[in-house]
Amino acid sequence: MSFEIIGIYAVGVCLLLGAGFALVGTIGLLKFNDSMTRLHAPTKVGTIGIGGLLLASIIHSFVYGEGSLHDLLIMAFLFVTAPISANFIAKVNIHKRSCDTPPLPPRDDTWSTLNVPEADRELATQDDTPAG
Amino acid sequence: MTAATDFMNIAFIIAFVAVAFAQVMSMIRLVIGPSVGDRILALDTMVVNAIGLIVLLGIAQGTRIYFEVTLIIAMLGFVSTVAYARFVLRGDIIE
Repeated sequence: MSFEIIGIYAVGVCLLLGAGFALVGTIGLLKFNDSMTRLHAPTKVGTIGIGGLLLASIIHSFVYGEGSLHDLLIMAFLFVTAPISANFIAKVNIHKRSCDTPPLPPRDDTWSTLNVPEADRELATQDDTPAG
Repeated sequence: MTAATDFMNIAFIIAFVAVAFAQVMSMIRLVIGPSVGDRILALDTMVVNAIGLIVLLGIAQGTRIYFEVTLIIAMLGFVSTVAYARFVLRGDIIE
């Protein structure tokens, strides 16, 4: 088994890994039922999905021709900018007040943080006000 | 050699189908997304999936000429996401 065959198998495995993570992350984007929950899924597409595809491209260029590491630049750029854009989208969700109250619990019940007793109401509102 | 090449070709086909299907699903979320944040997130995911499709096309054709295309689309996707989120947050992009 020469290095070329191992490289071709590595290209196939990296392609399957990256495409699988892209598919799973986008299924999560489509199926989850809350804005902040939906923000969690596509981060996998931006990191492992694209990382696997670019790694397959690098190994393919080393197997079939002169190798090049140019794709590492795209990988570095995406890995640096993905958390910044996720932070901005989370800020938009907070600004639009789409995550003020948590979703309803499964049975006839309320979350314990929403059921503040009468005596503690003022204390709770004091705690909720942001500092400054 | 033929077994390895066959495995890689099948992996190519599976990867193309999976990433194209992911692109279509994020487009569905872009259409039905209830709030603005979901639509911005769907656009960001669509840019990332488009980068994946272009990388797959470059591997399939065996050329390196799609490198600059991918890099510029990555930069424009990040800048457009930040500009749109900032427009929703502040009502203005450049203050």
